[in-house]
Amino acid sequence: MLKILKKYKFDFSVILAFIILIGYSYTLDFTPGKEIIENNFWNFAKEMFVALPVIFILVGLIHVWVSKEKVQKHIGKSSGIKGIVYVIIFAFIQAGPLYGVFPVTYLMWKKGSSATNIFIFLAATSTARIPMLAFEIGFLGLKFSLLRIAITLPIFIVIGIIMGKYFEKRNLVVKDV
Amino acid sequence: MTPILIITFIATLVSFIFDRNKTLKGIKKGITQFSKILPTLLSVIIIISVVLFFLSDEFFIEYLGKGAGIEAYFSAALIGSVSLIPGFISYPLAAIILKSGISLSVIAVFVTTLKMVGIMTIPIEAKYFGLKTTLLRNILSFIGAIIVGTIMALIFNYI
Repeated sequence: MLKILKKYKFDFSVILAFIILIGYSYTLDFTPGKEIIENNFWNFAKEMFVALPVIFILVGLIHVWVSKEKVQKHIGKSSGIKGIVYVIIFAFIQAGPLYGVFPVTYLMWKKGSSATNIFIFLAATSTARIPMLAFEIGFLGLKFSLLRIAITLPIFIVIGIIMGKYFEKRNLVVKDV
Repeated sequence: MTPILIITFIATLVSFIFDRNKTLKGIKKGITQFSKILPTLLSVIIIISVVLFFLSDEFFIEYLGKGAGIEAYFSAALIGSVSLIPGFISYPLAAIILKSGISLSVIAVFVTTLKMVGIMTIPIEAKYFGLKTTLLRNILSFIGAIIVGTIMALIFNYI
């Protein structure tokens, strides 16, 4: 319990301050406080507390069905278009922030993946990681997400190819940290 | 919102037909993850609610709205490049900003730079790829994000 309190120290302080604001606003009829609560907070919260649990369930299901290990087997082994497709699938099922996937790129490099594929991986994983995609569709809509991915992916594959060529031309290596 | 509800419902149903245990495991995993981010999410919504109360709609429209023109894209790209916001916070945030009258293409630039460009994480990235490669990747990604936003703007405006 103490550990949880410590971990969410900041969040709990904010929530506590907000509860005090709610109490103050309604007992003393504090209009700005009521406005913050009713116009802003409640509007945002009600949507999120319906949407988020649903999105998280979807992410959980994807996680149990598409394991990283299954896809990882094919990375590095295949090259050309097939390799790119595997790399993109592998990229889509990653989770976590961009800096969290750098160690993955080192593993790919060690497994014999080409530099181009590594940069395509970096681009694809930041374009449309499935866990993130669930949030994007939930909050910004399916149309927005599909359109954004359709435009982003080709542009960033091109960037990946440029980066790969640059990297290979100079005989650079991905280092372990 | 509705598509994701339908997709999740169908996915759960199909998953349940194929493997009951796996499905329950997935749902449990999802709910555990949700409860882990709940305190942070609540405090983020609270902070946004209070900040938005003090910032007028005019502020957003001036700096990120239609009137701001090309500058809006650069502001969005810059904010996205230096921010380190996890997706579960940045998307609700983007949805809230969207309601204040910002165009979807500016949001697209913000979301794209947020994910592809990491100025704060350059030191980490450089350890793996070297500084020059890292700078090049970030610069190209920044330009790429602006292109994405421009194309999205064209599509949204003319279709």
